[in-house]
Amino acid sequence: MAFLAYFLRRLSLVIPTLVGVTFITFTLTYVLPGNPAVVKAGPLVSPEVVKELEKQMGLDQPAWVQYGRYIGGILHGDLGESSSTGRPVLEDFKQRLPATLELTLASLLIAMALGVPLGVQSAVHRDTAIDHIGRIVGVAGVAMPTFWTGLLALYVFFYLLGVAPAPLGRLGPGIEPPHAITRLYVVDSLLTGNWRALGSALHQLMLPSLTLGLSVMAPIARMVRSTMLEILESDYIKAAWAAGIPRRRVIYGDALANAMIPVITILGIVFGFLMAGNAVVESVFAWPGIGNYAIVALMTKDSGPIQSFVLFVALLYVTVNFVIDLLYGLIDPRIRLE
Amino acid sequence: MAVAALSPVWRRLRRNWLSIGALALIALMALAAALAHWVAPYEPDDTDAAAALAVPNIHHWLGTDIYGRDLLSRIIHAGQVDLTVALGATALALVIGCSVGVVAGLYRGIVDLVIMRCVDSVMAFPAFILAMAITAALGNSVTNVLIAIAITQIPNYLRLIRSEIFRIREMEYADAARVVGNPAWRLMFIHLLPNALPPIIVQGTLAMGYALLTMAALSFIGLGIQPPQSEWGSMTAEGAQYIVTGEWWLFLFPGLAIVLMVLSFNLIGDSLRDFLDPRMRGVR
Repeated sequence: MAFLAYFLRRLSLVIPTLVGVTFITFTLTYVLPGNPAVVKAGPLVSPEVVKELEKQMGLDQPAWVQYGRYIGGILHGDLGESSSTGRPVLEDFKQRLPATLELTLASLLIAMALGVPLGVQSAVHRDTAIDHIGRIVGVAGVAMPTFWTGLLALYVFFYLLGVAPAPLGRLGPGIEPPHAITRLYVVDSLLTGNWRALGSALHQLMLPSLTLGLSVMAPIARMVRSTMLEILESDYIKAAWAAGIPRRRVIYGDALANAMIPVITILGIVFGFLMAGNAVVESVFAWPGIGNYAIVALMTKDSGPIQSFVLFVALLYVTVNFVIDLLYGLIDPRIRLE
Repeated sequence: MAVAALSPVWRRLRRNWLSIGALALIALMALAAALAHWVAPYEPDDTDAAAALAVPNIHHWLGTDIYGRDLLSRIIHAGQVDLTVALGATALALVIGCSVGVVAGLYRGIVDLVIMRCVDSVMAFPAFILAMAITAALGNSVTNVLIAIAITQIPNYLRLIRSEIFRIREMEYADAARVVGNPAWRLMFIHLLPNALPPIIVQGTLAMGYALLTMAALSFIGLGIQPPQSEWGSMTAEGAQYIVTGEWWLFLFPGLAIVLMVLSFNLIGDSLRDFLDPRMRGVR
């Protein structure tokens, strides 16, 4: 019952945010300079034609009517058209989303796999060499632009060492994509036992996911470190030491399990970093995801995909944070009562 | 006696030699950028076909690009636009964020509720993505990049100052100042705001780093800067094309300039936090 109340309270905060988000994207799309009718008609058209087109597109209506139509469109899955691909933006999105998802998940996995142990070790060996190294990695990690680390990785591993593939998409040349199940190539090729595709997909994924993963590793390590420090001081951990429970089990069993709860909360922030980093990293590695799609649209002044991308990312971001809040309430009952 | 009184300050400074170095680096970069015409060895747009794509050497310390333009000179000149935009965006966000935050903190109730829902909506966008969309919508120019970055940062200051005001206005000295008959504005600006400033200063310093990164990333993907104007992010993007032919200096050095500047601002922000906000000491 308490959880239901918590759920409703959270939901009541999310709904105004969602309305605000659509209002902002609507403003960016329709109200600001750059008449969509002129853009759609092209520069060589008479004012009469533009006026006619404005009427067709409903641009002569008051702003609130336009906003209503905009919301209606979104609810029907109508995100407009891309003037460069000539297809509905939603179709283009569906096609590219698995690539973005695969990259995001792989990066998150790398960030957790490196960040959590680093945070634990920094806390356990506080103020020793490993703590200092962790600190330096953290400080440097947030100061380096992802596009630059991506290029650096390409230069070293592709150009100099030749161990990474050319940044040309999700599979090497001549490799057929695996039979589509989840449309994540790594997962699909595992499920269908297509080892050739699996090798190629992992090879292509290596540099972009490392670049993105390293960029978000620092906040995870930092959070794990500070919560671990707090927990290692607590009475029940001291009791566990006193009871002679093996060191490894105390640290990685009892302490880490509890330290992970606050870490869940920053996954929302990490996810935001990942979505932003995605766009840039995808463009560096020519990764065929939605971020790259939006940036290409930016170059060609194709406003449909840009604004839909922004809306999509914001909706996803709000949803992810909402789910994280719920998870947090589920795991830690104290939160529900606040 | 005077020496003895100064010794804790000196001890703190010495322990913070890293931040002193960072401060010096920023001062050096800012000075070089401001005096670029006199300091830079070449004009940023001077071409030299004979020295095209030169490896870093004695004449061109950081090498040259395909037109033979000196990379070091271009990086120094780029510092003007990069640092100006970062500073401008941070200042704009700080002023707007603090003013609105004070209003929210003072009036509470419905005003606060409406302002905070707006803040939630802005924060529902990852900052870089929102900056990208705003620049695209407002039109592609350096000024609009500045505005876009400022808008994405306003919520940080607003929330910070609001919660500080909430905290401070309940303190005893605030009550005392109220009881002796200070008018609201005086209470606000003389008694409350100065005490809310330390975390704002820390946030502002750290925000300089974020602003630089956002600026560079925006121009890396082609927003804001128009050639031949040099900017660290767009220079990195130009240099990216030469990775396959091995001209590493073209992407490496402009990016390094960003890293050094961001690192410096972050280091200073961190030690300012230790210095101004003892509660945060030890928390990283």
